[in-house]
Amino acid sequence: MSHPERAAQFLANPERADRHDRALWFVREKRDLAAATVPEWEHLRALASEIKRHTLARLADYLEEFETNATRNGAVVHWAADASEHNEIVLGLLAERGVTRVVKSKSMLTEECGLNPYLEAHGLEVTDTDLGERIIQFRKERPSHIIFPAIHMKREDVSELFAHELGSDPGVCDPSYLVAAARVHLRQKFLEAEAGITGVNFAVAETGGIVVCTNEGNADLGTSLPPLHIACMGIEKVVPRARDLGVFLRLLARSATGQAITAYTSHFHGPRSDGELHIVLVDNGRSALHASADYSSSLACIRCGACMNTCPVFRRSGGHSYDATVPGPIGSILEPARDPDRHRSLPFACTLCGSCKGVCPVKIDLPQQLLSWRRDLAERGYLAPNTRRAFGVGGWVLRDPLRTEWAGRLMRLVGRLIPSATFERYFKGWSSARSLPEVPRRSFRAQWKARSRAGE
Amino acid sequence: MSSRVNGAARESILAALRARGDEPGEPPEIAGMWFESASAASQRRWFVRMLEAAGGRCTGVASAAELPAALAATPEFASAKRRVSLLPGTGSSGIAAGERGGEDEREVDLAAISHPAELADLDFALLPGVFGVAENGAVWVDGAALPHRSLLVLPQHLGIVLSARALVDHMHAAYERLTFDGPGFGCFVSGPSKTADIEQALVIGAHGARSLCVFLLEAD
Repeated sequence: MSHPERAAQFLANPERADRHDRALWFVREKRDLAAATVPEWEHLRALASEIKRHTLARLADYLEEFETNATRNGAVVHWAADASEHNEIVLGLLAERGVTRVVKSKSMLTEECGLNPYLEAHGLEVTDTDLGERIIQFRKERPSHIIFPAIHMKREDVSELFAHELGSDPGVCDPSYLVAAARVHLRQKFLEAEAGITGVNFAVAETGGIVVCTNEGNADLGTSLPPLHIACMGIEKVVPRARDLGVFLRLLARSATGQAITAYTSHFHGPRSDGELHIVLVDNGRSALHASADYSSSLACIRCGACMNTCPVFRRSGGHSYDATVPGPIGSILEPARDPDRHRSLPFACTLCGSCKGVCPVKIDLPQQLLSWRRDLAERGYLAPNTRRAFGVGGWVLRDPLRTEWAGRLMRLVGRLIPSATFERYFKGWSSARSLPEVPRRSFRAQWKARSRAGE
Repeated sequence: MSSRVNGAARESILAALRARGDEPGEPPEIAGMWFESASAASQRRWFVRMLEAAGGRCTGVASAAELPAALAATPEFASAKRRVSLLPGTGSSGIAAGERGGEDEREVDLAAISHPAELADLDFALLPGVFGVAENGAVWVDGAALPHRSLLVLPQHLGIVLSARALVDHMHAAYERLTFDGPGFGCFVSGPSKTADIEQALVIGAHGARSLCVFLLEAD
């Protein structure tokens, strides 16, 4: 199914679609307020962009430096070329220690690698502990947003779900009550767990440390109770120096939720004295993206989600319409790189309005890259046959003034003779949200000529 | 144990990243006209305002000697059935129980805790903070001061004691104060645990502390 088809399913419930749109616009407005309180905001964005550009240019060096320093701190660093290597490494670590119960905090990387189903298939119990992720884990769905995984759901849906899964009162939809029910349930999971898996927001080459940001405190519970901490990160997460964190942490939460900083910003340098820390560095297509002239800067993304909150298409089509680990504008760049056949409709799910570029804290030129993807997908033959033919004919006509002139005459004639209902029957997808304009009797050039003559 | 697990992947990833042949440059200097507070008083007001915006609260305490009284006036502390204090002179197990004129059965003896899960029923923990950041109300807590890292997130309610003079304006100044030269753990804590995962409604008390009170010591 393509993005427009899945978006149509989402829009079949207008009340839900409208609530989704408003909820995300509310977050966008909070982001604007937070950004406005920092007079040096634009300078921070420029610095962040520059640090990322520099880091990507020397990524191999910084990864090696990170590995050396993390190892010196007592962590064990693993390298995984792809998702399956990543999953095997994590399973191996857990199996060696006889772990059967794992708690996880949010990690888009493990989502990308399909770690949960893999571990479950090997008999482990994996509990997602971010509240939104726990909700969608119960529903066996994927996150619809990287910051708010369950933003597509209503409180009534959550109440019904928790009544079924946790035995909470089905009549109570108050979020405080629902969060309290989840807190009790997940505390038990934290206390029983034998290992904690986290993502990584930033890794620091100079110190060998990793930084994990949460509002709920779930990464800290998951790493302070069980003795084994496995941190999974994409290779693009490294920054050169600890002081670079000052720049990124000022931007991250403000861009993501409008908060000045997340409630917990934890810096792990090596394992607990009574535990182990394993860090898995994952490529899974990143080095290929790194090599591409057009798209390598998309690796600068710090996963704040601001481009999703502001995107008029995302807000109105819902995250699930992208059928991707990372949805929205940035996902529409990253996902086709991974699987162009499956994600070929995503670069077209965009009006090129440029709003995402305006809010991106690391100044990724998202509209330019989305446009490049359209070109690349067309060149690789991924356009639908009708679209390709239409562009072919269009190009042939517009290349020649005479052909353009005659095509205009033909269209004005056809447009007058054929009723729009007939037209709409043959161009269903296009015409479902558009109607044909009234066809003028004469071309613009003819009208202009007549007007000029009249003026003389 | 070898750190270079899966050497084949390591070599292929590094080779692929080097294939681009970038010029080795230097990282940009982190400098700017950062917004800064005009005075210690305005810095403190900024910190308190941001802490409150993050759902926390702040209590000024004249000196360390006044801390027990300030704690007694804090409902979460006063009503706690099991609590821990890592600050001397505030009734912590092993440190000041004697000063309080006998064992307080509500104080958890951390020396007797062998597994962090045994702290699961903790109602209140009082931790030392290193410094606070005015622009976001965060307090740096150094894991070296915590016998168990879980003391940061397991207690139902959290108190952090901070010197009123230990404030910085922004995160750039914060990282100038921090050094990471070896194994360790540290965390910027900004307000209590929270979530907005159900319909964007902010709920305080997701997994970690349900409340956070920062006690600002005017004199050490």
